[in-house]
Amino acid sequence: MTDLFTLPNALAGLIAVSLNGYVLLGGADFGGGVWDLLSSGPRRASQRALIAEAIGPIWEANHVWLILVIVLLFTCFPPAFAELATTLHIPLSLMLIGIVLRGSAFTFRAHHGPDSAMTLHWGRVFAIASTLTPVFLGVCLGALASGAIPRAAKTGFHAAFIAPWLTPFCFAVGTLALTLFAFLAAVYLTVEAREIALREDFRRRALAAAAAVFMAAGGTLILARWSAPLVRRGLGESAWALPLHIATGLAAVIAIGALWTRRYRLARVAAATQVSLILWGWAFAQYPYVVPPALTIAQAAAPTSTLIPVLWALAAGALVLFPSLAYLFRVFKTQPESS
Amino acid sequence: MTDLLAARSQMAMSLGFHIIFAVVGIGMPVLMVLAEWRWRRTGDGLYLDLAHRWAKGTAILFAVGAVSGTVLSFELGLLWPGFMAQAGAIIGMPFSLEGFAFFTEAIFLGIYFYGWDRISPRAHLAAGVVVAVSGALSGIFVVIANAWMNAPTGFDLVNGRPVNIDPIAAMLNPAAFPQTLHMTLAAYAATGFAVAGIHALRLLREPGNGFDRRALSVALLAGAPAALLMPLSGDLSGRHVARWQPVKLASLEGQFRTETGAPLRIGGWPDEAAGETRYALEIPRGLSLLAFHDPDAEVKGIEAFPREDRPPVAPVHVAFQIMAGLGSFMALVAAWALALMLRRRDASAHRWLLRALAAAAPMGFICVEAGWVVTEVGRQPWVIQGVLRTADAVTPMPGLVVPFLTFTLLYCVLGVIVAWLLHQQVFRIVDKGEAVMPVGIRSGEIG
Repeated sequence: MTDLFTLPNALAGLIAVSLNGYVLLGGADFGGGVWDLLSSGPRRASQRALIAEAIGPIWEANHVWLILVIVLLFTCFPPAFAELATTLHIPLSLMLIGIVLRGSAFTFRAHHGPDSAMTLHWGRVFAIASTLTPVFLGVCLGALASGAIPRAAKTGFHAAFIAPWLTPFCFAVGTLALTLFAFLAAVYLTVEAREIALREDFRRRALAAAAAVFMAAGGTLILARWSAPLVRRGLGESAWALPLHIATGLAAVIAIGALWTRRYRLARVAAATQVSLILWGWAFAQYPYVVPPALTIAQAAAPTSTLIPVLWALAAGALVLFPSLAYLFRVFKTQPESS
Repeated sequence: MTDLLAARSQMAMSLGFHIIFAVVGIGMPVLMVLAEWRWRRTGDGLYLDLAHRWAKGTAILFAVGAVSGTVLSFELGLLWPGFMAQAGAIIGMPFSLEGFAFFTEAIFLGIYFYGWDRISPRAHLAAGVVVAVSGALSGIFVVIANAWMNAPTGFDLVNGRPVNIDPIAAMLNPAAFPQTLHMTLAAYAATGFAVAGIHALRLLREPGNGFDRRALSVALLAGAPAALLMPLSGDLSGRHVARWQPVKLASLEGQFRTETGAPLRIGGWPDEAAGETRYALEIPRGLSLLAFHDPDAEVKGIEAFPREDRPPVAPVHVAFQIMAGLGSFMALVAAWALALMLRRRDASAHRWLLRALAAAAPMGFICVEAGWVVTEVGRQPWVIQGVLRTADAVTPMPGLVVPFLTFTLLYCVLGVIVAWLLHQQVFRIVDKGEAVMPVGIRSGEIG
């Protein structure tokens, strides 16, 4: 831990920050699709309309966080990207098909008339793709965390390209990702809904999703005992583990309490904090590996002559990005509470 | 189908699909902004209607472009992990910058599409300008990365491994300027001509329609100057290729034997077995003149290069003929239209020009596809010219024909739906729910 503050660690940290951005923003857009799929009751149509209105102007920008993660990964840690993309060819391709169908179907639906049969059809494709994509994203992260990526000494198609990700643990992580995204989306939608009844719909959904998150997280942790020893050790024995668990739990309790007492803005902050802490818990548990158990951050890192210009590019990019994002969210996400 | 061929086909198909949407994403914002700007200046509601319709079409195309671009960024690793393991540290830099340009484009497109009544008119127009600039920058950064594959610089190769990596020098590779210039102009020319052609066709059916006349003038304003400049930028690219990738030049010209005062071959079919290009119209000394600006210059033939370093000649030559031929036609039509416009004649009343424009509508996009065949197939068998062979970069994953067919099917379906939606939503149905539909247009006038 003495050399925690190295250049490669800084860039690995920034990749985790970008992934965090994708989970909180892009993830919630997928969660919106899940609630479109599960929309029900007398306000079914208004639930769907609210979801479409909430993600319409922002989903493409939110999606770019994922591109940033990939680009930074292949620039700063090229061998890690090559290993991941090779072993996870199948689940990554499935995730990509989900990404393509989600984005296209959402746009196709938005450009049909409201009463068209095609609207319903594309809405269904959008909702199903929104539900499956996070599962495959989680499966890929699960395979990474369980140390199954390195190809060394693996022979045969099944051992090299199927076995690393077709495991209960990976699908538990996939389910966890799905429930987390649905939880985030429901919480955000409580803030964005303008009618009381609609707000109550998403409040109930957020509380149900919180319970699902709890179960999926529990299942993942139990399976991690066998499947992801590194993560289990990190989350169980490290010096930082206990404070992290306390903080995550506290955020979860605040989120649920705030939902219960209808303090939605507080719930939004707490839910985002909770999800971020889960992500960082995994990232720290995996440290110092970028592809456990073979490649450490230091081993996979591109030379300093690459990392320094990238760091400058990130600094310059952030100067453009954050004011632009702030403007985007100010234009579309600030509505008078009373209206 | 071998795995290598399947991987190459999937990459080619993905790029060939995405490039259409990428080009539209660079070109259409310029058209939208021009239309909106004219509306603000003249108060002519038809320009606003135009901006709305174009924004609608762009929204559909941009979404498909964004997701198909994501597929490409993953495919770099899914299909070519050997390439990315070597090249990532060297050319990741322009991709990182592209990430931010794309971020900016996506953010301000959201503001532009959904913000008509949420921000001030000035801010809305400014958002459109930001989209146009960041869209062009996105394209430029990606093409810089591709240019590096043609002219790799910014590293030393020691025992087959890149060392002394300098990502800035890699970005400033000698192919970067000619390629980015050529591609950016191509984006404006292809988009402008496609839009101009569609409205020219409608004006042939319904002469004098005010909506189409305005659309045509804006589209020509964006597309015609670019189309006129394309041959100049093509000349720059050609001379660059002559110097840096002589085997690519020989292939695209069908030049088998090394020759001084080499002729320019127009058309023809390269017969690799016989080592000659048959049935071509030959202009004496033309190639030496074009490639080196010297009629007596020596042009290296394909046979001067080892067999294992040669690209397949026929597809490269044919693709180049298509690009150069159609591009020249577009440049001539552009010159014609601009000459009329400069003399303040009404270009939309000139039926032969309208016919030529209608014929040219798909040509820009055909040229873009053909141009990518020239640059990518012409670089084979290398993925990084002279450094890494494509066959050594491919993933060890077997059965690659399955993802190739899956993504091909997916993209075919998306392509059909996008075409149908554009036809329905942008041209036929006047959306009754649209808030701002200026007076003076009835649905019949547009359909």
